[in-house]
Amino acid sequence: MEYFILFLPLIGAILSGFFHKIIGDKFCNYITSIFVSISAILSIIIFYNVILNNYENNILIAKWINSGNLQVNWSIKIDALSSVMLVVVNLISSLVHFYSIGYMSHDPHKPRFMAYLSLFTFAMLTLVTSDNFLQLFFGWEGVGLCSYFLIGFWFKKKSANSAAIKAFLVNRVGDFGFALGIFLIFYLFGTVNYAEVFQSVPLYINIDLDFLGLNLNAINLICILLFIGAMGKSAQFFLHTWLPDAMEGPTPVSALIHAATMVTAGVFLVVRCSPIYEYSEFALSVITTIGMTTALFAASIALVQNDIKKIIAYSTCSQLGYMFFAAGVGAYNVAMFHLFTHAFFKALLFLGAGSVIHAFNNEQNINKMGGVRNKLPFTYMLMLIGTLALTGFPMLSGFYSKDAIIEFAYLKGSSLGYYAASIGIFTALMTSIYSWRLFFKTFHGDFNNQEIKINNIHESPMVMIVPLIILAIGSVFAGYFFKDLFIGFEKSYQFWSSSIFFLEPLSNEHPPNWFLFLTPTLVVFSIPISFYLFVKRKDLLVYFVDGNRPFYNFLKNKWYFDEIYDYIFVKSLKKIGIYFWKKIDVLIIDRLGPDGISNIIKILSNKAVKFQSGYIYQYAFIMLVGFSALLTYLIVK
Amino acid sequence: MDIPILSLLICLPAIGALFILFTTSNSNKYNSHKYISIFISVVNFFLSIYLWYQFDKSNPTFQFVENRNWIYGFINYKVGIDGISILFIILTTFITPLCILSVNSTIKKRLKDFLIAILIMESLMIGVFCSLDLVIFYLFFEGGLIPMFLIIGIWGGERRVYSAFKFFLYTLLGSVLMLVAIIYIYWITGTTDVEKLYQIGIDAKYQKILWLAFFSSFAVKTPMWPVHTWLPDAHVEAPTAGSVLLAAILLKMAGYGFIRFSIGLFPIGSEYFVTLVYILSLIAIIYTSLVALMQEDMKKLIAYSSVAHMGFVTLGIFTMTQQGIEGSIFQMISHGIISAALFLCVGVIYERMHTRQIKNYGGIVTVMPKYSIVLMIFTLGALGLPGTTGFVGEFLILIGAFKDNFLVAVIASFGVILGAAYMLWLYKRVVFGEIINKDLRNMLDLNKSELIILSSLAIPSLYFGFYPEPLISTVEISVTNLINNYNSSLDIYLANKK
Repeated sequence: MEYFILFLPLIGAILSGFFHKIIGDKFCNYITSIFVSISAILSIIIFYNVILNNYENNILIAKWINSGNLQVNWSIKIDALSSVMLVVVNLISSLVHFYSIGYMSHDPHKPRFMAYLSLFTFAMLTLVTSDNFLQLFFGWEGVGLCSYFLIGFWFKKKSANSAAIKAFLVNRVGDFGFALGIFLIFYLFGTVNYAEVFQSVPLYINIDLDFLGLNLNAINLICILLFIGAMGKSAQFFLHTWLPDAMEGPTPVSALIHAATMVTAGVFLVVRCSPIYEYSEFALSVITTIGMTTALFAASIALVQNDIKKIIAYSTCSQLGYMFFAAGVGAYNVAMFHLFTHAFFKALLFLGAGSVIHAFNNEQNINKMGGVRNKLPFTYMLMLIGTLALTGFPMLSGFYSKDAIIEFAYLKGSSLGYYAASIGIFTALMTSIYSWRLFFKTFHGDFNNQEIKINNIHESPMVMIVPLIILAIGSVFAGYFFKDLFIGFEKSYQFWSSSIFFLEPLSNEHPPNWFLFLTPTLVVFSIPISFYLFVKRKDLLVYFVDGNRPFYNFLKNKWYFDEIYDYIFVKSLKKIGIYFWKKIDVLIIDRLGPDGISNIIKILSNKAVKFQSGYIYQYAFIMLVGFSALLTYLIVK
Repeated sequence: MDIPILSLLICLPAIGALFILFTTSNSNKYNSHKYISIFISVVNFFLSIYLWYQFDKSNPTFQFVENRNWIYGFINYKVGIDGISILFIILTTFITPLCILSVNSTIKKRLKDFLIAILIMESLMIGVFCSLDLVIFYLFFEGGLIPMFLIIGIWGGERRVYSAFKFFLYTLLGSVLMLVAIIYIYWITGTTDVEKLYQIGIDAKYQKILWLAFFSSFAVKTPMWPVHTWLPDAHVEAPTAGSVLLAAILLKMAGYGFIRFSIGLFPIGSEYFVTLVYILSLIAIIYTSLVALMQEDMKKLIAYSSVAHMGFVTLGIFTMTQQGIEGSIFQMISHGIISAALFLCVGVIYERMHTRQIKNYGGIVTVMPKYSIVLMIFTLGALGLPGTTGFVGEFLILIGAFKDNFLVAVIASFGVILGAAYMLWLYKRVVFGEIINKDLRNMLDLNKSELIILSSLAIPSLYFGFYPEPLISTVEISVTNLINNYNSSLDIYLANKK
């Protein structure tokens, strides 16, 4: 069964990618979608098996790299953690596959698109089912590659190509850390298999390494290096710049890769490595700090963006920040819970946005939308559910997971925990504001599009709406139903069993009541306020923006990260490259090397030619000089 | 084993070359010389596969050894292989037929002579990888220069003469020192037999200077920074088949030489100069990657990337760890396949457009979809994506380097980022985007023979990326043996010193 889960998407990808001429475009659509759906159903069966029987399995497929004491295998590891990821990945992926049949129906390269989607699913599955760091890395790079393909799917668009390369390279920077982390793990433990590494972590907690004269604790260093990888993949502060640009890809891609699955791989990595992270107080506080910074920073940018997909992208960034700071305060299961619920409502939002974009004929600017709630009734309702779930409206799934994160941060008891909790609450408020801004500007108010008549706006086909409905069901109920299983006190320990490691059990206390009510109250009250600001009294906002121009520009330009990076890295590296080539290679090495030598030989031979003048008296003279010199030497000696 | 299989491998292409020389002419309508040479090189390939099949992986000593007197009491014709050499022999016999196949319309004049040059080259290369006598090695090693020199000088581009001489000047200069060193070795030990030299060892006081002499030759051929500038020129001017041979096999002779001779014969010298090699390798990796980033000519870009990749190889060899050396060998095989394929890919569009400037391309995915897929596979291989051979090699090298020195591994890992940058950027500029240059619209996609050639390179680069076991297990015992010998002679040296 595990083999089917893993390889069905790959088979679909190969069929659709290489044989689409033989089997036909339509058949490609169905075969990829159905294969992934079968995978999804099998994953759900496994998930239930894990819930009921604590099923665990570790299948060895084949040897991979086997050099000296380095032994790496291709394998499938099933435990609670990977079963959750299996469900998330396969479920969302199959829905996105079906949705794409409708969304991409006018695209001439459909089979290629479906092949990439399936290939991505396969790579993601190898990532989550790995039992060692190297296969994880394989999946890690594999999903990055598919993301590269899919962002640049519309290869004629220059911006899409640049965004694709940017995504790949920024991720490579993260992978640089990740790879070093793996090297260090191998160096220290002599193996890269989870089981063996995790088992021996306690023996190595006091080992220091010397690097450039610095004394670093080995475990801390491993954790930080792995986290750099996670930052790249999950678009955390400093390495986030690729995610908003990645929205150049088709919308189903954004939903699958840049919201529900790939970007959560970083969170998965940290949770998977909980047996190491638990021994590194330092790394955990770094994670908390980066996580909450990202949450706050991305939300602040989302407030002022106008591109519907970019807003959701920054929102994803911000929600990933939440997951990280949950992991940072040691509540790994809560991080996983948020990952789980977030996958539903964020995929819903993206696909809903896709439906809107589809209706508006590829318009993405929310200022050019509005007033279409009657025209797009399904999309409207579904987006409403998604927005409510994202903002953490009581009883919907985001409420359970996000509030749990804030509570656990508070219960951590340290000053960092309190700080994180307050940032969490503030960010929740911002989340609510930008989400409702998006929602109201898209569906309420006046119709603002000049190019399309409002009567030409029509609802998306059923093949797109049905996946949205399934996601909406998930967004409403996933929180409530799985709360006990994921984060309930007794049940969750039993469920996660050995896949998540807690050095000390999580606090069982409850935060004070006022604290529990704080976030939901803010969230609920922000709805009318947003409605007032973004629909009723737009002039108030314009007034506010004019009063704070520099601050507004700062947010609008995304804290100027792109400009700074471009200046520091891209331009200067290009300059250095040119310098090395034109100055050192050509001017110094070549001129002094081969060209120089051949010149010297030329000059010398020109001089030597003069000796052979052909005049006897010259030869005689030279002989005489030579002879006398020899004589003198002999006499003096 | 009564059949002298190694000698057969060495001689067969040369015999074929002679046969072509006497039976066909340049203006041959039916291209019979081409078919003969393909036939011979394919037979040779199967012969080498048979050799691999017969080869005993668990035996650390040299196998299939043939030993004949050549000049009595001085030089023996001695050949034999271990796990390391056999892979390089197979690489050679694998690349050569593809190379001959790829010669289509590019070589317009004197096709017969060209094929003869390639076949002779194959003989010499195989000779390099199995010679067990320093003099024989030197002859093969230097002999390889001549056909390459001719290939660049006769069938090259506009600046072929300059490039050919630059190539010759550089490589010869290094080699002369090696010749002197070989004579010196004979003088102090009385033999040039590699196996015997392994046993008796070379006196520690001579090792450093001898190491340097060999190094000067290998460093030029690798090529290492700062003696790398001949390579881009040679590649740019060489015809496609010449570039392929140069990148895939000729460069590997140096890497092989480092393993077999520098480390095998001069362990103390190697230990002493490790830092030097590290520094030069790191410079090669970072420096040439940056230079590659800015190239405007496709072949030059790939040539510079070759320097960077070979930088990884030299780095890995001198880590003296199991992973590092196995990784280096793997990286050389991988680079042999991938760079050969990349040069062939450039050749494919060069034949159609007669330009190698990146700026003249863009958007060819719409006219050449098959080509774009194939090129993507090799691009990914070159940037070391897991699942390709490129990753396995780089990863093993870096993990080996990390064991030895953190800082070196950290700096080298930067090269991996840069590698992704220049390869993807190249791919984007050539393949993606709108077609701006109108001439591109008439380009034809890969024809059958091109597709066969390129897929026969793509398959091993993916297969061994997922399942490198057959290659690694072949070299494993030999590498272990090498490292053990290295360590024990170092121990003895240190013990004596005290």
